[in-house]
Amino acid sequence: MPTALEFSRQLGENFAEFVSAPVEFRGEVSVTVSDPQRIAEVCRYAKVEGGFDYLTDLTGVDHYGEDPRWQIVYELYGLGHCCHLRISTRVSEAVSELPTVSGVWRAADWHEREVYDMLGVRFAGHPDLRRILMWEGYPYFPLRKDFPLGGKPSDVPDVAFTRRASLEGGPFVTPPGVRDAVSREPRVRTPDE
Amino acid sequence: MEATITEPAHTLPVTTDYGYNSKIEGEIVVTRVDAALNWFLKNSLWPMPMGLACCAIELMAAGASRFDISRFGSEVMRFSPRQSDVMIVAGTVTYKMALAVRRIYEQMAEPKWVIAMGACASTGGMYRSYSVLQGVDQILPVDVYVAGCPPRPEALLDALIKLQKKVARQPILANLKRDSLPEKLGSLDFKL
Repeated sequence: MPTALEFSRQLGENFAEFVSAPVEFRGEVSVTVSDPQRIAEVCRYAKVEGGFDYLTDLTGVDHYGEDPRWQIVYELYGLGHCCHLRISTRVSEAVSELPTVSGVWRAADWHEREVYDMLGVRFAGHPDLRRILMWEGYPYFPLRKDFPLGGKPSDVPDVAFTRRASLEGGPFVTPPGVRDAVSREPRVRTPDE
Repeated sequence: MEATITEPAHTLPVTTDYGYNSKIEGEIVVTRVDAALNWFLKNSLWPMPMGLACCAIELMAAGASRFDISRFGSEVMRFSPRQSDVMIVAGTVTYKMALAVRRIYEQMAEPKWVIAMGACASTGGMYRSYSVLQGVDQILPVDVYVAGCPPRPEALLDALIKLQKKVARQPILANLKRDSLPEKLGSLDFKL
């Protein structure tokens, strides 16, 4: 039974032109895929040949100000061999689209909908790419780094409206080493404190 | 007069204790219609449990045996807005839920009241966020705010008693003639 490190070396040899050598950090093995349009092939190989039959998580990261901007991360696990493997790929903002892996793991369906809802990255071939947390018609992607925490006003008649939340007194960061909760987390923090 | 049964059970008694009783009917309570109606209302405020987050757990505790909200006449949690008097908004009101909360409030029959239970329902609480309505009073006329995250059941009972005092003071006959929505809500800038 190969370990995650051995399998990721095999993955790199099999897809040598766009899968990186594995990086191990504190027992976690990661590989990066340089061509996001081939991610579904890599994932299918990992499931079929590597036995990674369980998609633990699928998330997106916004590297705002860098190009490519989006990073999509696939956390894999094999119930047969109990090994973890992380696959990640980067997508530029101009493309903002990569193939779905919902045909590989059915669990990817809702995860990809969440990434689409929060970041606006589309998954080509997804069977039902709708918003999952916000409502249809909401015009923004709220987990993007350039989206303000307090939100933006919007209105979908008869469905939902939003208003900007007051962030006066923020940012609400808890400083370490302060004795009591009232001074640690005040309702309003004036700027000169 | 002490009631004594001396006759056989199959014959009707000549006199009973169930007829005119001067001790009861001779004493007349004089009051206003307002006060009498309010007294009826305030002691059977049926809640609409709008449980949206962890405050609803405390609301359930308030309704259960240890805290026993039925001591104050509000034990009948109505999951139909048509049958309830006071909406207890217990929890975080997201924007996605806000118009549903408003619609359920509008389906409740007049007269009706609102208790905003906990920090989230009152102000948005710790969620200063794009997704959370910053206080349910932006869409509903709130009568009582309860502090706490979540409030203890005693705090909710205290709010209920405060609401009962408010109900007892209301000019109910004048209120019956007014429009169904207060004017301050008519000026909201979104349509429902």
